[in-house]
Formats: sequence, structure tokens, C-alpha cells
Amino acid sequence: MSHPMIYADHAATTAVTDTALNAMLPHFTAAYGNPSSLYRFAQEGKTALEQARAQLASCLNARPEEIYFTSGGTEADNWALRGVAELMALKGKSTGHIITTAIEHHAVLHTAQYLEKKGYEVTYLPVDRDGLVDPAAVEQAIRPDTILISVMAANNEIGTIQPIQEIGAIARANKILFHTDAVQAVGHIPVDVEEWQVDLLSLSGHKFGGPKGIGALYMKKPLRLPPLIQGGGQEKGRRSGTENVPGAVGMAAALQEAAEGMEAENVRLAALRDKLIDGLSVLPYARLTGHPTRRLPGTASFVFEGVEGEALLLHLDAKGICASSGSACSSASLDPSHVLLSIGLPHAIAHGSLRLSLGAKNPEEEVDYILEQVPAVVSYLREMSPVWDKEAGKPTWEL
Amino acid sequence: MLYSDKVMDHFEHPRNVGEIAEADGVGQVGNPKCGDIMKMYLKIDGDVITDVKFKTFGCGSAIATSSMATEMIKGKTIAEAMTLTNAAVAEALDGLPAHKMHCSVLAEEAIKAALADYYRRKGEEVPAELRLPCEEEEHCCSACH
Repeated sequence: MSHPMIYADHAATTAVTDTALNAMLPHFTAAYGNPSSLYRFAQEGKTALEQARAQLASCLNARPEEIYFTSGGTEADNWALRGVAELMALKGKSTGHIITTAIEHHAVLHTAQYLEKKGYEVTYLPVDRDGLVDPAAVEQAIRPDTILISVMAANNEIGTIQPIQEIGAIARANKILFHTDAVQAVGHIPVDVEEWQVDLLSLSGHKFGGPKGIGALYMKKPLRLPPLIQGGGQEKGRRSGTENVPGAVGMAAALQEAAEGMEAENVRLAALRDKLIDGLSVLPYARLTGHPTRRLPGTASFVFEGVEGEALLLHLDAKGICASSGSACSSASLDPSHVLLSIGLPHAIAHGSLRLSLGAKNPEEEVDYILEQVPAVVSYLREMSPVWDKEAGKPTWEL
Repeated sequence: MLYSDKVMDHFEHPRNVGEIAEADGVGQVGNPKCGDIMKMYLKIDGDVITDVKFKTFGCGSAIATSSMATEMIKGKTIAEAMTLTNAAVAEALDGLPAHKMHCSVLAEEAIKAALADYYRRKGEEVPAELRLPCEEEEHCCSACH
């Protein structure tokens, strides 16, 4: 490939930062001891783990003892939902009602569906065309048997940031546990568990410059969910398994770095994101997906009518651009993304989606290159599309 | 990579893209809802397919199977084209991922739909083997159901 690689898929994953990597390295080799061991040699790992916990906690305005390390965001989401259900079952309530949204990540959605099979009732709140959940709708959905509200902080596909603080206030006023999947938010926008009034929050290290295979669940004291994973009793008996010390250290270092540089970096990223939005949403029969302003600073997402997303991605890949799509054909499913359908897009249009998510290593020249290439690929694909009327410059369908 | 080199070659450099202004048979299959639509244009002289063009809205394998299918029937007789199967198209592309096999089905059906149109235009009865599972509908999408 003669093109440079332009990575515009930071919402999928990020490179481990130098800071994070350097913090991790000693824990693979020199300081490899098991934190549970008694001898002094293992204490270095134990100390590093607790430092990482404290560092992570301070970035979220939480207390160190409220942070539990997990294998990633998916485990944290599973634990939050299944853990609350089990906690209630232990208190004698073996069924109950859960409120979540139609646009959650599958880690939450599929866990909610699993709990439905177990006898729980789940309300999947709709979102508006910008992907926003209405806090009033959350309040209206509350029933006497509601045990949990779970609303994601920011959406992975369209970047919309939810009114978590408002929903948190409603949950607290009604004394209902509130979980937020903040996998896309942590390290990207300010997150404060006290301000948000959340009881549970999931995060994932590799979304903000940490390594893969590590995440965390914040659990507000005195809440103590029963463990999802049984074993040797690590993490105060809540999450067994030998601690991933390098992972935890790398994640915490990455988050601290992201938090320190966030204000300046977000100004830069938002300007680049808006340049993408201004350049691509004005193409004919193209539109921005997600909220125009309440969105993640690095995420620009679109649909282009008459074009299929996977074909768009493959052509962009040939030009050296890494991006993603919620089209059915970019996954094993026949339906386009549940998020795009939830914001009211017809199937035919949702198939033509493109997500560009920028990060620290994208300079403006790369955005300019993307702005040259995307319109060219869209025109090329439309030209060979039987649903695009070239003369009229519009799709042949009436939707 | 999800796809074979051959699929990528036909996707990046599709053969026979376009329309035929005075086609003898035109067939369209697929459904915008499913995200795949193929339209085939045939020029037929006697019983030989002298030219074929396609337009496709769809993913990489939809474009590649359309391209390969057109190559496989160009210059062939109608009888030969009628025997083209989706498996043969997929095989000629060195295989497709399991969840993309429906694209090859669409390519086979698009050719059959265009041939059926050719018979209809001539006022002749459409041979039974060219009838598609959901012929009554405007857009055929048997692969999705």
C-alpha cells in the first residue's frame, strides 16, 4: 500500500501510550511477583496495584476502595447488571424491573436480555433522533419493583453524550441503583462519579491509551455486589483471579495522562471533528448521526445514502484510512446497527454508515486527507449503485 | 483480512460495471432494507450473451460476486448462463465467508432475473429454472429470509 496509515478508529481501540507502556514494563519482568504472595519480592506488585487503584479513583473523583479491576468493560457491564440482580435475589427479590436504553453496547443489552430470560422485566427506553435519552422518560419508567437503571454515558457508534447527571439525580431521588457504561467517556470527557450520582460505572483501559484486557467497575460504598467470578478471593473477595498488575498500572497511567491533557486535547480534537462534520455532512444525501454538539470530542459519524458501509470501509482501507461502520455487512448480522435504527434511520440508510473517531495521533493533515478521500469513495460507489440516480443526483428510493 | 485476494481484486477493480442502454434483458434482485441490490443488464445475440453490465449497492462481496458472475457468463450461451450456480461464483472467487454466501446467491438470482426478463420481452414463456422464489415481489430477497 502506497498510502500512509491513518488511524481514525479510536473508539474501537487505541495504541498504548509511551507513558503507560513504560509504567507497565517492569511488571512483566523485574517485578513479576504475585501480589497475593507474602514475601517482600511480591510487595512491589501489590504496591503498584494499589497505587494504580488510587490513581484511577482520583481521576473519577472516587475512593480507591470503590474501584474493582476487571478484564475489561464487558466484564464490568456484566457484573453490574447481573450483580445487582443477584444482590436483590439474595435479599429475597428474585424478580424485578430494570430500565436501560435501546442504544446500549451489547455488553449491557445482551446481559439485560439474559436477565429477561431469567424472569426480570426490562424497559428499553427509546432515544430521540440525536440519540439522546429523555430523563423524564427514565422517571416515568420507574416502577415500585425497579432494581436498576443503566444508561451509557456516551454512545460508541454516534458519540452522543447522555444527560447522566440528570438521570443520576432521578435515580438517587427514587433510591434506585444507577449504573453507567462509561467505556467511551472515561479518558475522553470529564467523569465525576459524585457529580453524576452513579452507583456503578464501567470503564475499559484500551479506549484511552491503556492496554487491552483490563478495565474496572466503580462501586459506590457501601454497595457490594456479589462476585461474578469465583476463586481465590482477590479484590476483597469480589473479583477473583491473579491481578493483572501490568494492565492495571498501564490503565491508570494512561488515564492520568489523558485526564491531565484533556482540556487542551479536547479543544484540538473537537475542532478536527467539526471540520470532518462540516466537510462530510454537507455532501448530498449525507447526514451527521448523533447529537450535533453533545458528542464525544473525537467522534464524527455519518450516513451516506445509496452507499453500503462495508464497501465504503474497504475502499477507505485501500486509501490507508481505518474507520468503522454500523452496516449489517460489516458484521455477521443482516440488520444494520441497533443504534442507527433507534435514532430513526430506515434500514436502507443505516447500511450506509461511517464512523470516524480521532485521537491523539491524528494531525490536521490527516483530517484533510480523509476529507478528500471520503467524498471520492462515496461518489465512486454511488456511480455503481443501482439505487442512485446519477442525473438527478439523488437516491432512487422514496423512504 | 476477511476476503480472499480474488474477492478483493474484483471488489477494487470490478469488471463490467455500468448499464447497457438498449439491453435485451434487465434483472434486479435484492432489497434496500437488506443492504444489497444487484442489477444486471444483458445484450443477447441469437443465444449468446455478447455483453453484460452490472450495478450493485452492497458490501465488498456483493460487488465482487456481481463482477465475477458477469465475467463467468460473458460470451456464453443462455443455456450455459442458466446453469451458473452461486457456489460456482463463490468458488471462482476462492471462497466467501459463510455469512457472505448470500451475496453469491443474489448474483446467481440477478442473472436469472435478467434472463427471465429477456424471455418476457420476447413474449416467450419464462423457463421454469429461471423463476425466482419471490418473483411476485418487485425486489427479490430470498437470501435474506
